[in-house]
Amino acid sequence: MSRAEVNATEDVSTDVSTSAAPPGPGAARATEAHVPDGPSVESRRPSPLWALGLFRSELVTVVRRWRTLALLGVLAAVPILIGIAVKIETRGGGTAGPSGGDGPAFISQVTNNGLFLVFAGLAATLPVFLPMAIGVVAGDSIAGEANSGTLRYLLVAPAGRTRLLLAKYASVLAFCLLATLVVAASALAVGALLFPLGEVTTISGTQISFADGLVRALAIAGLVALSLTGMAALGLFISTLTGSGVAAMAATVGLLITVQILDQIPQLHAIQPYLFPHYWLSFADLLRVPVYWDQLVKNLELQALYVAVFGSAAWARFTAKDITA
Amino acid sequence: MIETHGLSKRYRGGQLAVDGLDLTVPSGSIFGFLGPNGSGKTTTIRMLMGLIEPTSGTARVLGSPMPRAGRTVLPQVGALIEGPALYGFLSGRDNLVRYDSADPTADPRTRASRVAHALDRVGLAAASGKKARAYSLGMKQRLGLAAALLQPRKLLVLDEPTNGLDPQGMREIRALVRELAADGTTVFLSSHLLDEIEQVCTHAAVMTRGRLVVQGEVAELSAGNRGRLAVTTPDPADAARLLKERGIADVTVDGDRVTGEVPPDAVELAELNAALVHGGVRVRAFGVERASLEDAFVALTGEGFDVAG
Repeated sequence: MSRAEVNATEDVSTDVSTSAAPPGPGAARATEAHVPDGPSVESRRPSPLWALGLFRSELVTVVRRWRTLALLGVLAAVPILIGIAVKIETRGGGTAGPSGGDGPAFISQVTNNGLFLVFAGLAATLPVFLPMAIGVVAGDSIAGEANSGTLRYLLVAPAGRTRLLLAKYASVLAFCLLATLVVAASALAVGALLFPLGEVTTISGTQISFADGLVRALAIAGLVALSLTGMAALGLFISTLTGSGVAAMAATVGLLITVQILDQIPQLHAIQPYLFPHYWLSFADLLRVPVYWDQLVKNLELQALYVAVFGSAAWARFTAKDITA
Repeated sequence: MIETHGLSKRYRGGQLAVDGLDLTVPSGSIFGFLGPNGSGKTTTIRMLMGLIEPTSGTARVLGSPMPRAGRTVLPQVGALIEGPALYGFLSGRDNLVRYDSADPTADPRTRASRVAHALDRVGLAAASGKKARAYSLGMKQRLGLAAALLQPRKLLVLDEPTNGLDPQGMREIRALVRELAADGTTVFLSSHLLDEIEQVCTHAAVMTRGRLVVQGEVAELSAGNRGRLAVTTPDPADAARLLKERGIADVTVDGDRVTGEVPPDAVELAELNAALVHGGVRVRAFGVERASLEDAFVALTGEGFDVAG
């Protein structure tokens, strides 16, 4: 939450809370006796930490839905399936597939080192499953509340439109990180259980220690989560356009699939560098020695651009919208 | 408490939902806001709460302009707008916790006790752990009211608060509204139930087709209509003749009921009754039927309580 927001809240509090009474209904009732005009409500001061409270409330509300848990369950299941499939395939003692085959990235190395299941799991879920889960949560964030009517009560509470939008976006970002970590943790557990762990052979062919590999795995999980921020902003914007949670989720996921298809058509190479998933799989460059920064930086710049454009579009739309649901 | 000048809202379809509203809600009143469905009540409430932007005109709530001063005004206002809205997958208590954490002025340290108190006040303490999805309409309505009572409020805006409640629940809510008003809270109550407004409210305003027809004290509004003299008798023809001879205007016969305008105060009603009996009319019932707010409403709007087109 921005610093200006918090300061503004405190400014408001200084001109209303002249009495030294501590906040709370008990205090309010005590002053009531002296003020015949009505219940004393002025003595309540906005807490500087309240924005954090709203964010926490958002996150708890998101995580407590069965739908969210089901999404996380599907995400956790993907590395498990990959791990079991590789294990069955290589039971005879051979290596998985022809060496250097065209299968999903990193799969062939999983048998040698369970840590590679983390990279394989993230590479498998990043194109579809992860962004789909983000699309559902981001698309539902505003539109779902409008649909159930709870949005109007949050706004008259008053949550404040800018602050509610920021809390919503922050909770979607937290969900991005959570979803990525669920995939990574599940992959690491399955990898450690089914395959040997040890020194990691990088894409460049050099060896790095297991601890170094683990650090890079964590960095890659963070990078994957950051790769999803543009998609999250897009979903949030779509969510402010409609009063139907299902419509917003469907539109966001539909747009994701369309963009993924556009990114595969060679004739469209001119626009492809501007499509948000274009550099997603560049996270593999973190496994090179030395690291290739070129594509990684491009990916982060592109995500920042999407966040800026669709974040401000969502803000402009949401703060000027008539809430009739 | 609430003051609007020329408040208007035209929706994008071109429909004028609220047209030049000049509303004044005095401090400390229980203000009844009446009108048929589709007359613009809810649009007005949404503009007062800063949910929708007026097309023209101004609105002041607690002396501050809305929607600009929402951040300072709204924490002092409890609202129930167009029925309750709840998170079905959360318990009743967690719904209130969620709404309370959206209020920047709410103290998290006292949250649990305030939530418990609000639940207790609307009679939901026993069902607070149940998922809101399993609540009946009346229970949802009560939970919505509890959300409006999480903090001490200066103004309560209640849109159809007794909707979906059984008669016992309606009485409880009415008693609660009176109790809150006695504490000094101004209550702005919208309803389509005329007798509810009449029983609870001190002031009232009537809207039809986006326009304000009348506003003022409830006593004054119904005083404008003097009521009817009514006689129930098995001899309606004789009764009507005798009443006309005594100078009663606008005598009408409907089955065994004869009604007419109430005579001027100089006429003693007991003598009128005696005259009827003396004339051989068998009187079963005799009296003046008090004018209700409903009569006043029909007289003012010249229409029934139908949906405006």
